[in-house]
Amino acid sequence: MEDIALLTLRALSLRTPQRCLVNALDLTVRRGERWVVLGPNGAGKSTLLAAIAGARKGDGGEILIGQTPVQDLRADELARDRALLTDRWTDPFASSVLDTVLTARFVFRDEGHGEAVARGWLDRLDCAQLADRDVRRLSRGERQRVAIATALAQDTPLVLLDEPTAHQDPRHQAMVVRELAALRERGLVVTLHDLNAAARLATHALLLWGDGRSLPGLAAEVLTPPTLTDLFATPVSRVEVDGESVFHVHRGMAREARPAHE
Amino acid sequence: MPRVSPALTLWALLGAALLSLVFALGAGSVAIPLPDIWASLRGGSGPGADIVLGLRVPRALSGFAVGAALALSGALLQALLRNPLADPYVLGISGGAAVAALLALALGLPAIAVQGAAIGGALMTLMLLFLLARRALYSTSAAQGEQATGAVLLTGVMLASFAAALMSLVLALAPDGRLRTMVFWLLGDLAGATHVWPALITLALVGLTLVLARADARALNLMMRGDLQAYTQGVRVVAIRRRLILIAAVATASAVTLGGAVGFVGFVAPHLVRMVAGNDQRVVLPAAMLLGGALVVTADTIARTAFAPLQLPVGVLTALIGVPVFLWFLGRR
Repeated sequence: MEDIALLTLRALSLRTPQRCLVNALDLTVRRGERWVVLGPNGAGKSTLLAAIAGARKGDGGEILIGQTPVQDLRADELARDRALLTDRWTDPFASSVLDTVLTARFVFRDEGHGEAVARGWLDRLDCAQLADRDVRRLSRGERQRVAIATALAQDTPLVLLDEPTAHQDPRHQAMVVRELAALRERGLVVTLHDLNAAARLATHALLLWGDGRSLPGLAAEVLTPPTLTDLFATPVSRVEVDGESVFHVHRGMAREARPAHE
Repeated sequence: MPRVSPALTLWALLGAALLSLVFALGAGSVAIPLPDIWASLRGGSGPGADIVLGLRVPRALSGFAVGAALALSGALLQALLRNPLADPYVLGISGGAAVAALLALALGLPAIAVQGAAIGGALMTLMLLFLLARRALYSTSAAQGEQATGAVLLTGVMLASFAAALMSLVLALAPDGRLRTMVFWLLGDLAGATHVWPALITLALVGLTLVLARADARALNLMMRGDLQAYTQGVRVVAIRRRLILIAAVATASAVTLGGAVGFVGFVAPHLVRMVAGNDQRVVLPAAMLLGGALVVTADTIARTAFAPLQLPVGVLTALIGVPVFLWFLGRR
């Protein structure tokens, strides 16, 4: 059971009209694995998540959810397999926070149990006291945590999160990372920009250069100063702070670093 | 955040709808008391039976059908296009109906031909909308949902503008003697509702559209928040969007055919319901229909009694009543 693949990418390619974002990517996500996707802005991280979620077609290769190609699954079937936190939510009409999280229970039709699940996630993300508030009156950070609670309340084995720590203050960023790291029964694919949050959360990492190159692997093998320096064209090193090893991004050397790796 | 429970809202609006109908049957150049109305409806031949059955029942039922259809259409489009400013006329369906109806009026054709022209015009515009916005309506990629509703809205607005130009053209070229009926038709007028069958057919159609739309109400609750989000949560966004736009268009077309372009009801009724009962479409759709129907029946009764024997077009009254009521509610929040 432990080894059942939740998600398999076979030679997946993603392109925009202008360029190739991802070329022939092979990847398998299993239960208990937390994949962090890193890459410069515009490298295709959100595009990759949208494709895995079935909201965008791949440009070659295959995406399997469980054993089934994603395009062969109906929306209501997919909703039981994967949840997606997008980087763009809209709130055109008034709605309470609790009702917003309850949208995650659409396919389950379980009003009593669904509310318990929704309130549970709101509580764990420090939003319990917001339950009756109007989502349009929340701060961006609060609204983001409500969106994370919504994604998790869908109770899917596979969870896709696009920059879940966006707009979070340091305490809440640490809380979000901690809660995600505690999801041992699920498989996660998470895009992040904070290297240290990534190192804390990831069991595996996928680096995307945005020019077709990609590097998937165990976090310990992939998240190293040389690969990250190359990925962001900015020098990254590891330093010891209070006995903890953290990534440090150097200032002002981006120009020199770039040609050496291109 | 419902302020009034759904059940109470629906019962109260049902009561209001019945009251408005009784008001419409009783009020007029000859005031008819409640017992006589009841006797007439039960097939008696008491005093005023001819007036009640022959004149006021068809007109009241027509008014109710028009208001209900427009309110349902408005509620659907506001949620579907995620735009609180949307109304039944935003897709240009009524504009197309109006052009054809005005053309029939300008040519001096009989009432039945005017209604036929209105149906034809509405259906032609609907086909044009689906043809022009086909890429948005039939795109399989749910991620492009935001652009899809935008494209449908823009296409509709363009069709409405084009229809408005054609209407002005027909009005400019029409013979002077027929201008008054044409302007009344444009403002929304129920004076032509003298038969009960068109009203009953429209009511049946409106009932059917409510049943169909309400089956998708839970999904619509999610789509209101964004198509991509709704899709990832299990809603078959593309199919439902297409189906509901069709339902809204049919409701609009049937209302416009029966009563002309009655303004404002389709915009204001859903908003008033949302302010009172919250934004669950399972409640908003039927509640807006009851309120829209009651509003038009009341407005039409006032329109034909306030300056009797002069009759006003009901469309003028719906806006004259609707705007202050709406602003009062908006300010009270």
